[in-house]
Amino acid sequence: MYPEYMHESLKRVEETRPKRLELQRSGKPVFPPMTAEEREDVLNKFHPDYKKESRRTVRVGPNRGELITTEVADMLESHGRIKPDLFDLTKPDYETDILIVGGGGAGCAAAIIAMQNGSKSIISTKLRIGDANSMMSQGGMQAAVSPTDSPTRHYLDAIGGGHFDNKPDLVRALTEDGPEVVKWLEDLGVVWDKNPDHTMYVLHGGGTSRKRMHSCRDYTGAIIMRTLMDEVRNHPDKITVLEFMPTVELILDTKGRCAGGVLYNMETEEYFTVKAKATIIATGGYGRLHIRGFDTTNHYGATGDGLIMAYRAGAKLLYMDSVQYHPTGASFPEQIAGFLITEKIRGAGGQPINKFGELFVFPREPRDVESAAFIRECLERGNGIQTPSGRWGVWLDSPLIEIIQGSGYLYKNFPAMVRQFIRYQIDITKEPMLVYPSLHYQNGGIEINAKCETNVPGLYVAGEASGGVHGRNRLMGNSVLDYNVFGRRAGKYAAEYVKHVNLGKLTLEHVTAYENELKKAGIKTDRIAPVLLPSYTPEEVRKRQLTAHYEGTLR
Amino acid sequence: MAKQKAPARKTAVSSRSRAPKAKPQEPLKKMVTVYIMGKSHRVPAEATIMGAIEYAGYQIKRGAGCREGFCGACATVYRLPGDYKIYTGLACTTLVQEGMWLSQLPVIPAQKPIYDIEKLRPDVTAFQVLYPEIFRCVACNTCTKACPQSLEVMDYIQAAIRGDIEKVMDLSFDCLSCGLCAIRCPAEIVHYNVGILGRRLYGRYLAPKSPELEKRLKEIREKKFEKEYRELMGMSREELKKRYYARDTE
Repeated sequence: MYPEYMHESLKRVEETRPKRLELQRSGKPVFPPMTAEEREDVLNKFHPDYKKESRRTVRVGPNRGELITTEVADMLESHGRIKPDLFDLTKPDYETDILIVGGGGAGCAAAIIAMQNGSKSIISTKLRIGDANSMMSQGGMQAAVSPTDSPTRHYLDAIGGGHFDNKPDLVRALTEDGPEVVKWLEDLGVVWDKNPDHTMYVLHGGGTSRKRMHSCRDYTGAIIMRTLMDEVRNHPDKITVLEFMPTVELILDTKGRCAGGVLYNMETEEYFTVKAKATIIATGGYGRLHIRGFDTTNHYGATGDGLIMAYRAGAKLLYMDSVQYHPTGASFPEQIAGFLITEKIRGAGGQPINKFGELFVFPREPRDVESAAFIRECLERGNGIQTPSGRWGVWLDSPLIEIIQGSGYLYKNFPAMVRQFIRYQIDITKEPMLVYPSLHYQNGGIEINAKCETNVPGLYVAGEASGGVHGRNRLMGNSVLDYNVFGRRAGKYAAEYVKHVNLGKLTLEHVTAYENELKKAGIKTDRIAPVLLPSYTPEEVRKRQLTAHYEGTLR
Repeated sequence: MAKQKAPARKTAVSSRSRAPKAKPQEPLKKMVTVYIMGKSHRVPAEATIMGAIEYAGYQIKRGAGCREGFCGACATVYRLPGDYKIYTGLACTTLVQEGMWLSQLPVIPAQKPIYDIEKLRPDVTAFQVLYPEIFRCVACNTCTKACPQSLEVMDYIQAAIRGDIEKVMDLSFDCLSCGLCAIRCPAEIVHYNVGILGRRLYGRYLAPKSPELEKRLKEIREKKFEKEYRELMGMSREELKKRYYARDTE
């Protein structure tokens, strides 16, 4: 239920709705899309990335001297969790072909394809298998299937959305594999939304020039993830799943090839070693680092663990200066602040509206541009609505969708969104949602090529943990596609690689060397990474926890 | 759609021990007393169960995942003062109430049979072989009452018994696999796994196939886009920019 003081603004939204409906039905853009110059201007002035304190120079490791996101630089300049000399690497606790770090979409896809190519794998995951951002994606997956569309057009949309910084071979892989992924997932049992004539039901997303967003209602990620998990669990003889056992450090061999990892049982607090001929990092992103203090759409374990492990092992990072803020995170009520409001809402005709009931931006600009425009509307122009807890927001007019698409459309196509708000007595078929940008995605990551290889032999990366495919801004629906395309590729190419690799002696020397580098750079810190879990313990409670350090689960 | 399971929040006289004093640093916030695994804590009245657990000082390991109502990691059971009923909910989306006595379920013990989707038939035989216990369903509807998503759980189990795969898919579509149905079922059915099987069978065998998809896959196999890819990949940044901003939109 919205507080009394918002009612006048809500009335304005209602009053302007018929006119905006007319505009929508005209088929023309409801607000003029920005030119290249306008995009640049709003980004420079209002996107959180472009603030001076958002980035700093990292002082150690393969990207030393580069400007990267401050919180990431902090994480990279952290101590490890383990003392390397405590481990006897001649007697590994587990041996397998491929160690897959992370049990989300990319990890599961990799395990399935690796298995089909003759490789056994171990999935090491911090929470349960499927506890990942993959599970939470609502809106859909891009793939150029329609006759009016083409993979090359998808390529152009993705690379323009990424400000032309995307690595071309990765974008080609992403867009060219897209239709195959639609088919692969359907064959595994994913239930795609279809039109009555059996063609795929597709919508627009921000920055798309053709409708190519495939969906499973607004539980797209949940349906795909549960299908992949179910398939993984159908092969316990080929894929071993170790839950609540994150990998906390990679192991190399004396020739510098990746040779497995050190795992930490978060419940019994034991450590285990895994010897593997290849390792795939599929740890996802870093939303739970709450960069710039933003709320996040991300799941509990999204703490960027793969980045630091790979970095200590010598892997290069790419575009780690770029953070994605999803334009429409929930701003009210407080209990769901930061939660994802799918972009599909705008794809279906939902419009962002200021407190006077006016349109102020084209609803489907690329995400960074749209977010910056929201921030400008609130902070510079003062046309936002402030919540009782001091958050800002603009309206996202969902009732308009009911009028455009017909009554009952929201219940049928956005059941998760309807549920999310009705718990707080807000009926989104009748009232708009209050939204503000929320920390959503790690645009950059560990640099890969189209085979998911890194500069460390035997180390592969897939999904959000990787960098390059989305340039400096990802479009909606390209991450679900990303973890499928590159998860599959990582599984395939790693399985090929392990067929002819003979590992030498295992070592954690690089962990010691990294620690020395920190010392040499004069970095004094009590930070420890991987972070594993964020802490939401109140300060007062922490003060009484005299014998525990809540740096993740480390004691 | 969202059926109200628990009675609306009300202040009730606690039947349990006296609540401790409010934490001094939150004088303005309205507080309530909840019992987390039997221990009393003062927490903000507006908190979700998950927020309350963390406010009380617990570092959750099991029992939190997406924190937004999609993953089903935070199944919780609770009772309210003066009420004999067991209520169920997700910790991330259920608000605390005065006197709530709660416990999270760290895991739901449940078997998942191993199967090869390619060797199943999309009819009742799949359920007969893999989930014979569903035929023990006594239609008590306890599963439906336990569902935090307000799904018609019993109806999809009954649909599975009839071999109506499409109905199983449709009714179980929004299932989060939290397992609260399974833990309450007197017939010991694992409903959510039945739902996954139903959806996979539908997607694999019964969903109408898109003719456009097959056509596009053929075009890709025949390298129809090779030339254009090469052209785009060979363009300078400026050329690409020009092409991008000049493109038409559907």
